[in-house]
Amino acid sequence: MARKFDAGYYFSEGFHSIFTHGFMSFAAVCMIVACLLIMGSFTLLAVNLDNMLGDMEQENELAVYIDDSYTEESARALEPALLQVPNVTEATFMTRTEALEKFRQDRGNVDILEDLPDDVFRDRYYVHIADIEQMAQTKANLEQVEGVGDVVAAVEIAEGFVLVRNVATGVALVLIGILLVVSLFIIANTIKLATFYRRDEIAIMKMCGATDGFIRWPFVVEGLVLGLTGSLVAFFLQWGLYQMVGSVIIQGNGLSLVTMIPYTAMVSTILPVFCAVGAVIGVGGSLVAIRKFLQV
Amino acid sequence: MVRLIDVYKEYDNGTKALKGVDLRIDDGEFVFLVGPSGSGKSTIIKLITAEIALTEGRLMVNGYNLNNISPRQVPYMRRTLGIIFQDFRLIEKKTVYENLSFAMRAVGASSREVKRRIPYVLKLVGLDQKEDRYPAQLSGGEQQRVAIARALVNNPSMIIADEPTGNLDPQRSLEIMILLEKINELGTTVLVVTHEKNLVNRFDKRVVAIENGRIISDGTGGYYNGEKI
Ligand SMILES: Nc1ncnc2c1ncn2[C@@H]1O[C@H](COP(=O)(O)OP(=O)(O)OP(=O)(O)O)[C@@H](O)[C@H]1O
Ligand SMILES: [Mg+2]
Repeated sequence: MARKFDAGYYFSEGFHSIFTHGFMSFAAVCMIVACLLIMGSFTLLAVNLDNMLGDMEQENELAVYIDDSYTEESARALEPALLQVPNVTEATFMTRTEALEKFRQDRGNVDILEDLPDDVFRDRYYVHIADIEQMAQTKANLEQVEGVGDVVAAVEIAEGFVLVRNVATGVALVLIGILLVVSLFIIANTIKLATFYRRDEIAIMKMCGATDGFIRWPFVVEGLVLGLTGSLVAFFLQWGLYQMVGSVIIQGNGLSLVTMIPYTAMVSTILPVFCAVGAVIGVGGSLVAIRKFLQV
Repeated sequence: MVRLIDVYKEYDNGTKALKGVDLRIDDGEFVFLVGPSGSGKSTIIKLITAEIALTEGRLMVNGYNLNNISPRQVPYMRRTLGIIFQDFRLIEKKTVYENLSFAMRAVGASSREVKRRIPYVLKLVGLDQKEDRYPAQLSGGEQQRVAIARALVNNPSMIIADEPTGNLDPQRSLEIMILLEKINELGTTVLVVTHEKNLVNRFDKRVVAIENGRIISDGTGGYYNGEKI
């Protein structure tokens, strides 16, 4: 008698009650699916926005002009010093001749530019940085390097990007937080309703001398199963939704200014996260819900 | 064994339900607890089953001291009791057999123990042919037999019944009492709450009478009617 942990019993009871309380289970799964879909959609939106901003970020570079008095050779020798500056990931050298050549090409070889002397241009480096947020600081640091004439950077544009990204991420985080709390609340209430239907059974179990742990386990299993079921359904629905939105966006903008990360590339993140959130909501919800009924 | 020593119970709303009750029920006894409505009978039962806590006094149940029992110990104390109510409290969606196995599983019995014990108990209460029926397919008397079987299934040392015949006609009531008497003869202590005078008087048992929260008589044979002590 009275074995400590009868997993087989908890599972068969947990599963059994999912089917005997079909409608409530269905409602709980629907709630979990809805919560996950809303949360998932916002997260995917935020991730894609961040990704697109990341693309723009990569094209962002600083032009570091070398002092006129430096020969090409000594200008080239500055590369290690530039790479020493924090936040700098890459420095590409361009001679004044190359710069003139590029300038001409960009303007379509207009005649007026024909006899432009190449010493109008200076040797320069194009420098990439890791963190766009620190662009202003990096610019100042680069200007400190011996031999650097001046540094031109689109600090305002960079700050604009950063602002947009931070606001988007912040809004998404706040929304996800609110949704998480709301969905936990809804699940707790859904399962509370389910436990309410079973308060007689719980009362009988208590009367017979069942321990709280014993009464709780089947509900935990039930919550877990409902949570995971909801996660899986939400995962596939999210996939379909994402593809649908994707095809609409691609049709609507032939230039494809908007790039989307393929869903398949994110599966290894989305699936575990959905399952974890579903399990937490399901189990947390049932624990919250049955707490009250155990006090007899 | 159940022992109440100078027990007082005051409910949260100020109702004084028990005012100094002394009661001792020894193992193997059969006791009727009688008294008018509101006299405190159910309050005594709820104290014994640890559904409510007493206000003052001392209370022992089958070796557990309910004055300082820990919440973790309460389920184990309850396993020594089989509890029966007026309204049967069966699970409508479960068959007779499932109602009993549910009670056994609740205290961790294995499926082997369940298979062995249930036929025996069903035979004892005379329902061995009806194990696959649902409660709604049984008469009131039969439903109460299922409840008695459920109370017995975990082999408690004491059966506590709060007005077990309150919903039954006199003939069914008598049958239920005879069944409880038989269970008592097999060695289980029985405490029955009732206010059916005729029924009590058909048995020659110990009768404890309570009125207005106090025990007013305690003796063998006959329902206290205000004259006889
Ligand atoms: N939960 C409660 N809260 C407040 N007062 C209560 C509560 N339960 C019972 N009482 C009161 O305590 C007194 C005793 O009630 P109890 O239920 O023990 O009576 P009883 O003898 O079982 O009556 P009956 O024969 O009608 O079942 C009554 O005055 C009742 O109103
Ligand atoms: Mg009562």
